[in-house]
Amino acid sequence: MLPTPTTSHVPYSLVYEPAEDSFLLLDTLSSPSQTPFLSSLFPPATTPPPLILEIGPGSGVVLAFLTAHALPIFSRSDILTLGIDINSFACSSTTTTSLLAASSHPTTSGHFLGCLQGDLTGCLRSKQVDVLVFNPPYVPTEELPTLPATLREGGKEKGGKVTFEDESKLLELSYAGGKDGMETTDRVIDSLGEVLSDRGVAYLLLCAGNKPEEVKQRIRGMGNAGEGRQWKAETVGTSGRQAGWEKLQIVRIWRE
Amino acid sequence: MKVLTLNFLTCAVKSCKSSSDSFPLHPKDAELASDDVEVNPQLLINLLPRLDWKALKTTSTELGFPQLPDSPPTIEDLQSDEKLLKDLHSLLMETNLMEGKLVCGVCGHEYAVREGIPNFLLPSHLV
Repeated sequence: MLPTPTTSHVPYSLVYEPAEDSFLLLDTLSSPSQTPFLSSLFPPATTPPPLILEIGPGSGVVLAFLTAHALPIFSRSDILTLGIDINSFACSSTTTTSLLAASSHPTTSGHFLGCLQGDLTGCLRSKQVDVLVFNPPYVPTEELPTLPATLREGGKEKGGKVTFEDESKLLELSYAGGKDGMETTDRVIDSLGEVLSDRGVAYLLLCAGNKPEEVKQRIRGMGNAGEGRQWKAETVGTSGRQAGWEKLQIVRIWRE
Repeated sequence: MKVLTLNFLTCAVKSCKSSSDSFPLHPKDAELASDDVEVNPQLLINLLPRLDWKALKTTSTELGFPQLPDSPPTIEDLQSDEKLLKDLHSLLMETNLMEGKLVCGVCGHEYAVREGIPNFLLPSHLV
């Protein structure tokens, strides 16, 4: 078991606290079923360093884990890691968590580039991402929340105090997924062909309410995998059974 | 944010993406900070094939770093030219953009950078 990064500095009133979903990602990405797959996608020494992107890293626990344990997970330590979060407090938390974890594991650690504030992958050049990790807002809700204007510009400037309403909004943004809990995830799935490099792979967390079998079918049917290739989508990690169904699962998405 | 990140970023405005002038973004009023990172020649050699060299050269010049050659160095160049290796290492692996702005060459939108975090959220009229 690789050690979990410390997140004791993270303000949990403003940033999603690591929970069962975060830990399922850690377990899955470092599992004996995934690490040989990742090393085979990015053979060390003969291929350029992979760029790892986490969308919505929150506390940064997953991105810091991948950064600090690059060598055991990817069989190489020359990886680059990047986060993009809509919540500026999550960006600061992810930066601190990742730099702390990297400095605690200097012999196995990759290179943390930074965490940007942004709306999904809108600011990225096309086909740069080799590993995309996304623990989305997956809970089905009536409405999809939007970021309050006060928090668009960092939110810290008005006396350094975040209002109770804004605090609630930030946490709502971290879990509320709109219809079927899929409104944000669907945007990411639709962008995969543009965001992932040709050798790229995505790890996406889904809950039972997201209708994961239908989601996987939809991905396999996407027509933009490139000539002679098809999208693959397979469940590679699960946790918590509920009425015979897996409560949470990690779906791996790639082209073959 | 490490300066290397700029090689992966473009303007978040959809209509700018088709224009080559939306990449790289141009730093303005930049405040930089430097980390002490051990030089790893193999990392730089592996990294070069995935970088857009022309954009990197622009970024390097705009941030006041030494002029980079017009074409990307070969592995042999890097192994024999210690100064070039050190310059690249310092620019890519050690330098962080802490404060300032990133400006799109097409629409002119300025993305603010504060405490090392650039903000790519667009005002509603640009979404």
